[in-house]
Amino acid sequence: MFGNMIGGIRALLRRNQRNVEIQAELQTFLDASVEEKIRRGLSRDEALRSARAEIGSSETVRQKVWSVGWESAAESLWQDLRFALRQFRKNPGFALTSILILTLGIAASVAIFSFVDAALIRPLPYQNPSRLVVLYETNALGPRFHLSWLDYVDYQSRNSVFQSLDVYAPYGFMLRTPNGPQPADGARVSAAFFRTLGVTPVLGRDFRPADGQLSAPRVALISYAAWQRRFAGRSDVLGQTVVLDDKPTSIVGVLPRDFHFAPAEPADFWATERADGQCEKSRGCHNFLGVARLNPGVSFASALADVRNIGLAIAQQYPGDDHGRSAFMMPLTQVILGDIRPILLVLLAGAALLLLIAAVNVSSLLLVRSERRRREMAVRGALGASRARLIRQFVTEGVVLAASAAVLGVALAGVVIRLLSGFLPKDVLASMPYLRQVGLNVRVLAFAAFVALAAGFLFSLLPALRVSLANLRDSLSQDARGASGTVWRRFGSNLVVVELAMAVVLLVGAGLLGKSFYRLLHVDTGLVTDHLATLHVAATSGAYSKDPDEINLARQLHARLQALPGVQSVALASDLPLGNGDGSSNFRIAGRAWPIDHNDVLIRDVSSTWFSTLETRLLRGRYFAEDEDQSHPLVVVINRQMATTYFPGENPLGLRIYIEGNQKSLMEIIGVIDDVQEGQLDDVRKAAMYRPINQYPENDVAVVLRTGQNESSVLASAAAAIHSIDPGLAVYDPITMSQRLHDSPSAALHRSSAWVVGGFASLALLLSVVGLYGVVAYSVSQRTREIGIRMALGAQRSAVYRLILREAGWLTLAGIAAGLLCSLAATILMRKLLFQVHAWDVPTLAAVAITLAAAAILASFLPARRAASVNPTEALHAE
Amino acid sequence: MTDRSRDLVQGTLEMLVLKTLALEPMHGYGIALRIEQVSSGVFRVNPGSLLPALSRMERAGRIKGEWRATENNRRARYYMLTETGRKALREERQQWGRQTAAINRILEA
Repeated sequence: MFGNMIGGIRALLRRNQRNVEIQAELQTFLDASVEEKIRRGLSRDEALRSARAEIGSSETVRQKVWSVGWESAAESLWQDLRFALRQFRKNPGFALTSILILTLGIAASVAIFSFVDAALIRPLPYQNPSRLVVLYETNALGPRFHLSWLDYVDYQSRNSVFQSLDVYAPYGFMLRTPNGPQPADGARVSAAFFRTLGVTPVLGRDFRPADGQLSAPRVALISYAAWQRRFAGRSDVLGQTVVLDDKPTSIVGVLPRDFHFAPAEPADFWATERADGQCEKSRGCHNFLGVARLNPGVSFASALADVRNIGLAIAQQYPGDDHGRSAFMMPLTQVILGDIRPILLVLLAGAALLLLIAAVNVSSLLLVRSERRRREMAVRGALGASRARLIRQFVTEGVVLAASAAVLGVALAGVVIRLLSGFLPKDVLASMPYLRQVGLNVRVLAFAAFVALAAGFLFSLLPALRVSLANLRDSLSQDARGASGTVWRRFGSNLVVVELAMAVVLLVGAGLLGKSFYRLLHVDTGLVTDHLATLHVAATSGAYSKDPDEINLARQLHARLQALPGVQSVALASDLPLGNGDGSSNFRIAGRAWPIDHNDVLIRDVSSTWFSTLETRLLRGRYFAEDEDQSHPLVVVINRQMATTYFPGENPLGLRIYIEGNQKSLMEIIGVIDDVQEGQLDDVRKAAMYRPINQYPENDVAVVLRTGQNESSVLASAAAAIHSIDPGLAVYDPITMSQRLHDSPSAALHRSSAWVVGGFASLALLLSVVGLYGVVAYSVSQRTREIGIRMALGAQRSAVYRLILREAGWLTLAGIAAGLLCSLAATILMRKLLFQVHAWDVPTLAAVAITLAAAAILASFLPARRAASVNPTEALHAE
Repeated sequence: MTDRSRDLVQGTLEMLVLKTLALEPMHGYGIALRIEQVSSGVFRVNPGSLLPALSRMERAGRIKGEWRATENNRRARYYMLTETGRKALREERQQWGRQTAAINRILEA
């Protein structure tokens, strides 16, 4: 084996010497044979002739000796390769076009696949992630709501289906830094949270059960990224103390580099939940989500049934806090990837269609080319090339084509991946931590190799089929173009119909996504979003712990900011609109009978200027005034959704309501406003109430400024003004309202999918129209003689136009019709991504059909004009 | 004598060459002549099959070739059996014996 290889390499390296040796050996053979014959009595001439006849052609012998080793196969492969490259160089237009088209197709599909790989193929970084579930409580509004700590303790002790159950809650810490307090992302979890996930810190230790005790010193784990960013990756980070929310906390461990937990991300600091908080003591404070590992052998359905029963029992036992609630479960993978999966699958399908169009396009180019090379093949066949040898030539060319496109495509995909990641706002990317690992890894490269292989197979198969179908000898005569030309024309036209149909599908998809995105951005938010700047202010030091201090701070903030040049009005609020839409509680109507099932409402505490600053629309009653503080009766403004849901057909003004558990704090409804979108743009409208912030003061507030000038220019001076009150105040998240609107997760996802599919669709449109042009142009070139005859017999130029355009028209019509049918099926699959647009949106379908038809007419007009300008005499002479 | 009878039974050329070389080192023509003589002219081996076969066997390490002077003072490539070749010859002879015996049994049955 080894000797065989050495021998082969030696033979290749010293080809001449080897040839001389073979020649010499043959010569001695001949000489010996001649001598032998002379000895037997033949004359020298006769002996020589007879010996030569016996030996035959020395060239054949040489070939045979060479073909003994593997090196001859390598040799002829090399020849094929060189021939293929020579062919491409002879016809650079063809080679460049096909490689470019294919590169685009491969780059698109590889780039999208790398996202699919990072999100859907790579397993989540937990032990046996398929056994992990997230536990929610349901209420009248929906299935995915929080648990209270005391409920969690009950679920933990009563269930028999979980190996372990823990809770987590995303949490914004205030970190003391040399530059004053800064917000730091984090989460609070029960002590065994990481053990349930099956995650061990790379450095230090996990939480211990004792860490969750009231008296235990405060400890925290930090993420790998935070370790690198905040502590420069130093190993002495363990035992260091940070001050989180004014409480010294020591760092006991660092989480693994690939760890992420999207529901609580971004999170630098992970601390233990302690049963000493106000919230932890109240069953009505629903603030936690559970994560659990199923017991071995327990199915998801039976676990769900078990926790549901527990939930119902808890609700019955504590009607005051848990009325109408029950339990709900989802697999953790679905919680993390459920939103992105349909988007990625739609994008992957789009990329696959584009790749298919590219492949079809290159295939038809190859077919036209093999048509032109019929004579060459016939000549080579007549000179003795075997059919297998001719087919191998095509295979080599196809493989070279596919391989070069694959290499370029992967390189381009690397660029595209970076562009696509840059497309997503930083906050959105942070909430999808699994996308951090997007890149060209082994699986992605294997995918690229597979695509290249499939393309190479297709590209060698088609022309090879062509060679074996056509009778080589017939092709030698120039005039034999008729029959096989027709075969190709039919096949080529079918390919173009397929291409056009796929372009329609992509265009429809892009149209619908674009329209969804437009609708999303123009959804009625209930406020005027331009010229609004927002930021957050948090007072963490003890100086603002009492209500009067907070109210005083709020008034100072208002006065300082109002004085800034360019600021028209200032408002404070507990939360900003277009946020997460969380923060609801149950309410009751004073004097009304129990139970109203639908009694969950968002609570927002806002300053009296909030309504005028955001320019909300008052439907009935009045807004509250600045002096309606704790010394005045409690009042509340409700939104239209709350009025229609809970007070159908009656006037809510003057009615008194209270938050469950707070019977003494009766609030009078004084006004109804049109709905302000508190959650994401595509969220359903929720019932909400707005209370005076002076009656419920906060030490962490959002500030909204309406400006007369460019709103982003105010943000810097606003931060300075706030610090001039107290340098210890934390100012964070400065952003304009329109940025909030455009960079919100829902807008970002809609925008990226619309852009990506739009990009695919424009490429598809271009490629399919070029394909149509190719088919029509080829058909015209084949029919030049026919057209010449027609014109010689008196056909008008307009008739020639009609002839060509009719052919193109039928192809286009068939392609569009097939495409519209397919897109109906395809868009139903992407229904989840559509917002206020039907899958069968007629204007979009019509626009796509018209666009494609117009492009197709343009593409076929050029060859038609060439056909009509045929000179009959020349056309007939040319043959 | 028809053309066909001069063809070797497929796959036997290498065995015959090995057997021939087992006696003494020879050059190509010598091997061909020897096979023709011993088989009383039934088998004729032309260089078109002999030289590739020699090249193949040399690649497989069964024979070794070197340039030497002939009795007429010409240069020729002489081939000699290696130890591997000797073993291969033994095995092929046994195999051949078994096969021909079996074929004979079938034909005479």
